[in-house]
Amino acid sequence: MSEISNPFKKWREARAEKRRVRERIREVSAELSPEQRRAIKRTRTREFLTSIGFLGPSFMGVMLFFVLPFGVVIYYSFTKSNLDPSFAGFDNYKNLLQNPGFLLAAKNTGTLSLLVVPLSVILSLTLALLLEARIPGKSKFRTFFLSPMMVPVASVVLIWQVVFSNNGVLNDFTALFGADKIDWLNSDYAQWVVIVLFLWKNLGYNMILFMSALANVPGELLEVADVEGASPLYKFFGIKLRYLSPTILFVAILSLINSFKVFREVYLLAGSYPYEKLYTLQHFMNNMFNALNYQKLSAAAVLMAIAMVIIIAVLFIVENWFGKDVEG
Amino acid sequence: MKKKNIAGRTAVFIACLIFAVAFLTPTILTITNSFMTESEIEANYGAVFGTARAGHSYVSEKVNLKFIPEKVTVSQYVTALIKSPDFLFKFWNSALLTIPVVLFQLAVASIAAYGFTRWRGKARAAIFFSYVILMLMPYQVTLVPNYLVSDALGLVGTRWSIILPGAFAPFSVFLLTKFMRRIPKSLIEAAKLDGASEWRVFTRVCLPQCRAALFSIAILVFIDYWNMVEQALILLPDPDQQPLSVFLSQINAGEVGLAFAVATFYMIPTLLLFLGGEDYLVEGIAHQGSVKG
Repeated sequence: MSEISNPFKKWREARAEKRRVRERIREVSAELSPEQRRAIKRTRTREFLTSIGFLGPSFMGVMLFFVLPFGVVIYYSFTKSNLDPSFAGFDNYKNLLQNPGFLLAAKNTGTLSLLVVPLSVILSLTLALLLEARIPGKSKFRTFFLSPMMVPVASVVLIWQVVFSNNGVLNDFTALFGADKIDWLNSDYAQWVVIVLFLWKNLGYNMILFMSALANVPGELLEVADVEGASPLYKFFGIKLRYLSPTILFVAILSLINSFKVFREVYLLAGSYPYEKLYTLQHFMNNMFNALNYQKLSAAAVLMAIAMVIIIAVLFIVENWFGKDVEG
Repeated sequence: MKKKNIAGRTAVFIACLIFAVAFLTPTILTITNSFMTESEIEANYGAVFGTARAGHSYVSEKVNLKFIPEKVTVSQYVTALIKSPDFLFKFWNSALLTIPVVLFQLAVASIAAYGFTRWRGKARAAIFFSYVILMLMPYQVTLVPNYLVSDALGLVGTRWSIILPGAFAPFSVFLLTKFMRRIPKSLIEAAKLDGASEWRVFTRVCLPQCRAALFSIAILVFIDYWNMVEQALILLPDPDQQPLSVFLSQINAGEVGLAFAVATFYMIPTLLLFLGGEDYLVEGIAHQGSVKG
């Protein structure tokens, strides 16, 4: 097992190699003549200017359409009202944090994300592992799992109504076991209806991400593990999972984002003021937008952005700590 | 050992089959139900959408999920496509919004991605990371800034209010950079030694290498914008300009059959892209891999 169970060694070697290269560069650069130095500097400047030139259009567009207006949003969040743009301090934030609608929405959004992110990581990884087995029609299955991507939102919503409404298919099915009718979308299970919809829509996409990550796990490592008689469990937790950690991070972030996007479906299923369990931050913000309450809306957007940056940063740090020993 | 293996594989196969059926059902239902007559739809789903009218004895109390139409008809399609030109008009709106977004976004992003690929300076990582953060912002956060800019530039109510921000969306930049970094540096260096200008290296060396990537990103962006709802509702208040995806979501409960037909019709471009470019699509998704540049 020594060969495989020591990714640390590889990592240490890679680091030592990097250090050697760095030292060598320092030695060489100490011997350079001033002219050579200037030439290098010129090339560097030229490269920098080229990249800036190429990046320019995109960078300016991003600034104009996303970054600068976000500055305006921050500004709005500190003003009193649309008509009276005087400085309001943190009043909007204070009001927001005391607003029961906002708190409910934040709580629901938080729970939804907390449920959806681990579920979608685990289930899509499971699907990817299932498809690793030698079974017929593998690529067909891949297509099938991806197919929800192309179904228009509206027909998804229709079908979800057929299944989950009071007179829907699911109730007919549970009635076979003598259960009472439940109006799923207006019950405490409503969130699970949304979660099922989310998983149905996104698992295929995440599965592809995991499939490609699994394909990149070094084969020789697994072969050695086989020879040494490692159990499948060890192979998964001891080897594969380490190589999957960047993908797990990515799928987690993607699921987080998509858990916000599922608002589209919820909105079409249940309208602006759905059952309380379904009332998310996006409903809140949408309603603020329609009420032209830009101050509350901006404050909510700023809080949401801050929360996102924190969550993403935490995920990054966790992944860095967990996966660093496999990255050269 | 071998026997156990076969048993295991059968179990996996069956599990996959069950998943596949669950995943495919909504798609297939949409397509087959679009060929049903309105009265059959009403009989099947009246209980759900409250359209069951008194006196129609054939309307069952229960919902009836049926895959095969009793009588295959294209009447819903005739209604949708011939009797009311509205649908075709809005389909055209969808195309006028989605296709420019895809083209502009790819153009802007491939140039920017080349910039990121060639840049070795220290600020690169920071700027790339800010693109990633921006890409990951929920739509509700970018919605307000978006609206403010469009309003200030007088774009609200015109297609450009969707096309312009779409053109600069950071998603494609992120993905294309990941693809371009895989192009061997030596290829670019060789072209430069031969005296090619930076722009020539980009168009003649880099872009041809990325053809598959460009196609796969085009599919992803297309699917995303083809199904847009919220942006259009807010930035295009005039119903005449809204894409079919918005209209489709507003078809009322009395026209379920029509909704299935329009949805199926609307699915055709994505279906073609999906079936024609599935390998590209998969490759495009697979290369996202991780958030690091």
